[in-house]
Amino acid sequence: MSIDANVQIQLAEFSLEVELKLAEGEVLAVLGPNGSGKSTLLRALSGLQAIDRGVIKIHDVVVDDTEHSIFLMPERRQIGVMFQSSELFDNLSVLENVAFGLRARGAKRNVARANAAEWLQRFSLDQFAQRRPTSLSGGQAQRVALARALATNPNLLLLDEPTSALDIRAKAEIRRDLLRLRQQRPVTTLLVTHDPLDAFALADRVIVLEEGRIVQSGALDDVASHPRSRHIADMVGLSLVRGEVRDGALTTPSGARLVVPADSPSGLSVASIRPASVSLHRAEPEGSARNAWSMTVTDIDRHPERVRARLTGPIPLLAELTPAGAEALALTVGDTIWASVKASEVTVTPDLGA
Amino acid sequence: MTRQQRNRRRAVALQRPPAAIIAIAAVAIAFFALPFLGLLWRVPWTDAWSLLTTQSSLTALRLSVTTSLWATALSIAFGVPLAWVLARYGFPGRRIVRALCLLSLVLPPVVGGVALFAAYGRRGLLGESLFEWFGLRLPFSTAGVVLAQTFIAMPFLVLTVEAALRGLDNRSEDAARTLGASRWYAFRRVTLPAIRPALIAGAVLAWARALGEFGATITFAGNFPGRTQTMPLSVYLALESNPGQALVLSVVMIGISFGVLLSLRDQWLGGSAEMRSSR
Repeated sequence: MSIDANVQIQLAEFSLEVELKLAEGEVLAVLGPNGSGKSTLLRALSGLQAIDRGVIKIHDVVVDDTEHSIFLMPERRQIGVMFQSSELFDNLSVLENVAFGLRARGAKRNVARANAAEWLQRFSLDQFAQRRPTSLSGGQAQRVALARALATNPNLLLLDEPTSALDIRAKAEIRRDLLRLRQQRPVTTLLVTHDPLDAFALADRVIVLEEGRIVQSGALDDVASHPRSRHIADMVGLSLVRGEVRDGALTTPSGARLVVPADSPSGLSVASIRPASVSLHRAEPEGSARNAWSMTVTDIDRHPERVRARLTGPIPLLAELTPAGAEALALTVGDTIWASVKASEVTVTPDLGA
Repeated sequence: MTRQQRNRRRAVALQRPPAAIIAIAAVAIAFFALPFLGLLWRVPWTDAWSLLTTQSSLTALRLSVTTSLWATALSIAFGVPLAWVLARYGFPGRRIVRALCLLSLVLPPVVGGVALFAAYGRRGLLGESLFEWFGLRLPFSTAGVVLAQTFIAMPFLVLTVEAALRGLDNRSEDAARTLGASRWYAFRRVTLPAIRPALIAGAVLAWARALGEFGATITFAGNFPGRTQTMPLSVYLALESNPGQALVLSVVMIGISFGVLLSLRDQWLGGSAEMRSSR
């Protein structure tokens, strides 16, 4: 186990009780609303937040053990943290920022700088080396922050809402960098986010936190098709379709066609569709601007207040209906059914990870 | 007049206070300005240079500059750690400790001098031991002047730096810690650069205060030319024997203080746009 943690924290009006394990090189996404405790969990792993009870092991090193009064200061844990608002040091150049971690660990200035320059080059940021962080865009600053967090070769990478302060384009760039990192040199990573797209792009597994407790965990697809609460359903239920956008339509590698909003940028993209915007019909729906496919129902998840159906066909989809709607359609597993989505309900983001 | 100029004028007019307020403010400005104008008017300008370069003036000037710079250095060396503790370290009784350390801001300096006597005088709480063990005698010495000035001036630095440390969020330091920086390294390379404007402002304020120190100095260190007679003391004494010299020295001190305030305006005291926009 690369990470083995059992964390209990009691704050004034909030308590956190989480157990988690990460295998070497695994990427775990922690999803949850604001105030669910996901950032507190990340701070506890990094040593910035003291825990009240529990044990935290990072790479077989006990960094926190309340029973035996063991506590390793953040600077003595082999971690890299990327914060929501990059937190670059304004008084240092971009290069010095990336070299900071090695300098703090006692490396000679020229050694640290040479190493930092390599990291900047790896992320194609070398042209910014001598710039001040204040002159960078949000996306550039965040990518520098990622390079800075990685420059010390951490055993654990902690990402705290790495894309939430960024625009769509910059979000996609960060995801691309993280994805490339995963392919080239996997680092055990804990990704805290409320953006399911981050989780879809990067994570092997998710845990969902609500009010300081894990309410669901597992592979993202399973969580998405069997969400245990309304909130999880809203958060992770997206269907993602990869393909190339041209002339207002996305074509998937298998040749399926999805009409997208007319102002979507061309190029490789990910289209996301919320289950609630998928309608199901027994007969082929009328209307030209609509996306409609004949699909097979492979799985049905019934709840008192909603029904989720997993569909396979030209484009794999999750559909959400009211129980009454499902009953009216007499929906059962194995059915063939028509699914339709309005183009205006499709959200398109550039796919830089492809 | 272009439309832009007209708009700007209108914007200025909109924000202008009522005439009565402007008139009262003008009286207040005159109240502050008149003493200085009077001083400038009374100075015997023809003899000014020779009065300023008399042996006694130069001695006082040299002593003032040396002691006030020492006091500033000591204020930084002890005041920054003190401000750090007060801003960041929540220990029981912090409010009382803080009030104690800033007390000399509001204390009559003469009282400060008396208190210094009680502590560091020949018969003082610590002074007796200092003399017995090290033969160190602080009262009526140049070191005593530095001590008195530091006592009065350091709170200015502490207050300024503490406010800056409080205003700084911990997130940069947290980031530094996760990168492997010890608390000391993070303070040196992240926090200190971030509060540099406040540190400079605090140091300049403390220096100006030390330069002008009178009450505590004359009480604790006395008035010995060349040893403890600083500029303010020398002005006070010259007032009876040689008013012209007193006036010239006063003008020099006003010039220094005014320069200090003007140089600080953009950095700190005015809370100007530059300060607000810099993170």
